[in-house]
Amino acid sequence: MVTILFDGIAYGMLLFILACGLSVTLGLMNFVNLAHGAFALAGGYITANLMNRLGVSFFLCLPIAFLFSAAIGVLLERTLYHRLYDRSHLDQVLFTIGIVFMTVSAVDYVMGSGAQMINIPDALRGRVEFLGGSIGVYRLFIIIICGLLTILLQLGLVRTRFGSRLRAAVDDPRVARGLGINVNLVFAVTFAIGSGLAGLGGALGAEVLGMDPTFPVKFMIYFLIVVTVGGASSVTGAFFASLILGIADVAGKYYVPKAGAFIIYAIMVLVLIWRPQGLFARSATR
Amino acid sequence: MTEATMAVTTAQAPAAPAARRLLIASARWRWWEFAVWIAAFAAIVLLPRQLLLLNEIAILALFALSLDLILGYAGIVSLGHAAFFGLGAYAAGLIAKFGYGDPLLGLLGAAGCAAVLGFATSFLLLRGSDLTRLMVTLGIALMLQELANRESWLTGGADGLQGVTMAPVLGRFDFDIFGRTAYVYSLCVLLVLFLLARRVVHSPFGLSLRAVKLNPLRARAVGISVNVRLVAIYTMSAAYAGVAGALSAQTTQYVSLDVFDFIRSADVMLVLVLGGVGYLYGGILGALIFKAMQDYLSSVTAQYWQFWIGLVLVILVLVGRDRIGALFSRITVPFSRGARS
Repeated sequence: MVTILFDGIAYGMLLFILACGLSVTLGLMNFVNLAHGAFALAGGYITANLMNRLGVSFFLCLPIAFLFSAAIGVLLERTLYHRLYDRSHLDQVLFTIGIVFMTVSAVDYVMGSGAQMINIPDALRGRVEFLGGSIGVYRLFIIIICGLLTILLQLGLVRTRFGSRLRAAVDDPRVARGLGINVNLVFAVTFAIGSGLAGLGGALGAEVLGMDPTFPVKFMIYFLIVVTVGGASSVTGAFFASLILGIADVAGKYYVPKAGAFIIYAIMVLVLIWRPQGLFARSATR
Repeated sequence: MTEATMAVTTAQAPAAPAARRLLIASARWRWWEFAVWIAAFAAIVLLPRQLLLLNEIAILALFALSLDLILGYAGIVSLGHAAFFGLGAYAAGLIAKFGYGDPLLGLLGAAGCAAVLGFATSFLLLRGSDLTRLMVTLGIALMLQELANRESWLTGGADGLQGVTMAPVLGRFDFDIFGRTAYVYSLCVLLVLFLLARRVVHSPFGLSLRAVKLNPLRARAVGISVNVRLVAIYTMSAAYAGVAGALSAQTTQYVSLDVFDFIRSADVMLVLVLGGVGYLYGGILGALIFKAMQDYLSSVTAQYWQFWIGLVLVILVLVGRDRIGALFSRITVPFSRGARS
């Protein structure tokens, strides 16, 4: 019981780190980005390749994965994505699906279709006993890292000058521009951080979630669930939604393996019928 | 003057003559429309080796047409349209498997099942934003896929539904390995359903749908009951998609789990966008381009053809769908003016 709860929390935390970038672009900037998983894929692959081919330490790979994905994110944002901010949702969906298709095929072509293996360092292997349950050390590591990041993110968004600039830029880009805020820069940095976090999540999660070229398609749905169920307007909403989703998924797979993902989708649809703006939405989305 | 325009004129009798003329003009048959259908039927004789591919094109065209009804005319963005395609495929497959091999019966059954599901789920789409709709439609398709996977005693699970044997169409035309019967059968179904759809979108009902798409708030203000119309068109579109699924199941005599795939929903959206949204021929044109592209690309780069499809999507959006549409209508300007309002 404790083990399942703990695994669920770890899984949920991981989902949150993977999806929180999406909750900002989709929730705050109102941009439907189905290609978010591609950044996680980039993070997972760079880690696997650095570790397996060059023997770089896992702990060093994590920040590299973050920076690598963030760099790709900012590159794409500046060249392509920013053109689509004011386009219709249909255009955004089509465009990002196109990106997903291209990523999946390109990665398959370059790296092969097999799953990427990440050997986590020995220090993170093994299990500890806790409240009568046995807990993987790696899971504990994930929870600690993701927990710290969550706190940092929340503080950054609420307490810092950059956070308030971002919120202003999202609420009303024109007025924000008039106040001298460099809206384009703010969006680009936000996008980079979101992609970077996805990359970090991909690196951390490769061992737990599995990393192969179809990753962006497989987990796109989970990311979207997190954002829509959590309510697209807050990071805390996405956080709780990830935890619920993580625990429900792990528990569901353990107790009723036959029902599989059915429960998750059913819960999502029910929540969306009940509260179309998401569970934790402050107000109607714009 | 066709029937459709008659209905428009009688329903809008007090309308200004200019407006009436515009509506009549927009519903009139144009020469290239006849050309499309003549070409489609001529292909039976002219391209006897490609009939299997043509059959796939006809089915995909019908599927895309069903999406056009909701996306192009009602503005509902769906990422789970495969739910209805898949349900129709399984319904038709199961009907045939349990001894009722008559294809038309299967079509009716599939259309009925899909319409019921469409009707039931349409109420979920009346609330919320585009994003909520995307997620709900996607969620329903995924739920059905899980369900089909789990209830393997009925659906065959991951192995697919086997043992589908079809009786001859109308008791006379047996399905052959060259796909001749299959293509003619699918094309006739496509034509009939197309005519019905054409009639519907040019009727007062179809016109009011466009008003809803352009501005739901104003449409409601001028007295159009928005929700009733959305439910109706969504149900109709679901039935169409169900028929497309049924055609696929009957002509291939096999149904697999991937009928519910997200990729299928995404593909059909791409097909429709390739051909153009909101003038009914987009599905047919798109299906033609898509299948030709797929056929060519998968012979060049077997497993990576999705890359090029993705590239086409990206370019399409960056260049702007409107601009490509404008280019197209400039070529056909004298005959298609008003067709894509």
